[in-house]
Amino acid sequence: MNHDAYPDDYIRQILSDVKTIAMVGASPVNVRPSHFVFKYLAQRGYDMIPVNPGQVGKNLLGKPFVASLADIGRPVDMIDIFRNSDHIMPVVDEALKLVPLPKVIWMQLGGRDDAAAAKAEAAGLKVVMNRCPKIEYGRLSSEISWMGVNSRTLSSKRAPVPTQGMRLSLNRMSVGGGETAASDRAAKNKNEPS
Amino acid sequence: MTDRLPGFATLAVHAGAQPDPTTGARATPIYQTTSFVFNDADHAASLFGLQAFGNIYTRIGNPTNAVLEERVAALEGGTAALAVASGHAAQLVVLQQLLTPGDEIVAARKLYGGSMNQFTHAFKSFGWNVAWADPDDIGSFERAVTPRTRAIFIESIANPAGSITDIEAISAVARKAGVPLIVDNTLATPYLIRPIDHGADIVVHSLTKFLGGHGNSLGGIIVDAGTFDWSKDNKYPMLSEPRPEYHGIKIQETFGNFAFAIACRVLGLRDLGPALSPFNAFLILTGIETLPLRMQKHCENARAVAEFLSGHSAVASVSYAGLAGDKYNNLARKYAPKGAGAVFTFSLKGGYDAGVNLVSNLKLFSHLANVGDTRSLVIHPASTTHSQLDDAAKIQSGAGPDVVRLSVGIEDKEDLIADLQQALSTS
Repeated sequence: MNHDAYPDDYIRQILSDVKTIAMVGASPVNVRPSHFVFKYLAQRGYDMIPVNPGQVGKNLLGKPFVASLADIGRPVDMIDIFRNSDHIMPVVDEALKLVPLPKVIWMQLGGRDDAAAAKAEAAGLKVVMNRCPKIEYGRLSSEISWMGVNSRTLSSKRAPVPTQGMRLSLNRMSVGGGETAASDRAAKNKNEPS
Repeated sequence: MTDRLPGFATLAVHAGAQPDPTTGARATPIYQTTSFVFNDADHAASLFGLQAFGNIYTRIGNPTNAVLEERVAALEGGTAALAVASGHAAQLVVLQQLLTPGDEIVAARKLYGGSMNQFTHAFKSFGWNVAWADPDDIGSFERAVTPRTRAIFIESIANPAGSITDIEAISAVARKAGVPLIVDNTLATPYLIRPIDHGADIVVHSLTKFLGGHGNSLGGIIVDAGTFDWSKDNKYPMLSEPRPEYHGIKIQETFGNFAFAIACRVLGLRDLGPALSPFNAFLILTGIETLPLRMQKHCENARAVAEFLSGHSAVASVSYAGLAGDKYNNLARKYAPKGAGAVFTFSLKGGYDAGVNLVSNLKLFSHLANVGDTRSLVIHPASTTHSQLDDAAKIQSGAGPDVVRLSVGIEDKEDLIADLQQALSTS
């Protein structure tokens, strides 16, 4: 997988297939991105599990925090890692010990560890790096277009009628739209200082 | 497997606009409403806290305007955009995110006269200072940079003379200084030049001109290239520091590569207030659908008119970068190979009086203070758009007393040439 540019179908497939998501680094503080990404995904029907050893005994939107992936005690489809790049490898190592294995390792915006990605892919997992599932869901459903964001999708098809108020469905037919090559290049240069 | 990338004309028609999911409407509906109902108290709180995507109030965002924003972002190759009431409002909102009192911008000396006024006088009262540099001397930009510099501002094709700016060279100066390059791309439109491909970090437009294209609606837009790291030092606290208005959210951390567009929306437009009418957004969107066709015709006509003028005995000189031998022809070939735009100047041997006579004798060209209309337009910059500059600044910006500016429309070029012919012969 080319981790600099993911095809829309790859991301859409992941977000359509996974049901259970463990978020490592979920925060109880409601202005932290991990908090509202957790909330956004929970509102879209994903079974969310907050993982944060410092918060055990508390709940995040009614879901009890667990200390580690090993403590979840049931199958998980996707691990969403809300940690910076230096702390990703141990989480991936822990994920690869789960039985059954998760299907997807997702590293948040700003997070990238190519060695950890290669290890997970060698074990048959799909990997997404340096992306946010909330932004990607918003982009592929075109919900993010309400914020003037380039969704990089075009469609002549009528999407499913919004559910639960203004929420748009991921289940929408689209083709690739405008590229953001300059931003992709800048992100790559930032990750690989010359 | 990679997704196929659509071409420019496809994006001009489709980007941002899908059939309305509830009604099936294919054209973009005009959401002529001030406000949008919330599902419940939690939804309202999430929207106000920037934690959910959605609509609150048209001063902050509107679904019709959002289609326009995504359309222009896609055409420019940016990550996101924000539409505002005018090109001037776009500049105000952009600089409000970047400057605090005592900070500076370095701006090209060749700019629309209104922008020079805005920077020199209006922004001075905010404590924002401007240092002018000469786009024909890249070293002058480097020399103008100080520790308080927060941005560099240029026009891709500069008003009034249609000169072409070396965007890549000035982008290198901005990169070295650690500040973003802002490019006003109004006269080129992304059809002729995409500044982000040449190193721009922010693009602004007056949508009023070629993008809308029909002279019927004011509008402005800010495009975020998603290229600048706002958090690498402490120069841009609006983007890198916790925002008290939003309970301590950090804009770049939360919004990644479209953080600048979001800052402009939720810190700029929300608090300064220059919102675009959804009706104007609809008219401008309709205009953009034919942007490639119109720009081809504008450029073809402009070239023909410039060639005619440069062969006329009453004309002293023509400044059009599309002409072989023009000072900016090499830059035009590099940056605008499809055409050098349709706004340019020429000077008359008869000086100021001949210019005034020409303007009054024209029958098809309209004498008014706009550019980028379907109709051909003419103006005498020294007495109008650039009148507030002193004489030296007028000449430096290409608006000397003997200069006439044209914005060539999409009429039949033979009719435009005949009109100039008769007006020149009676001048």
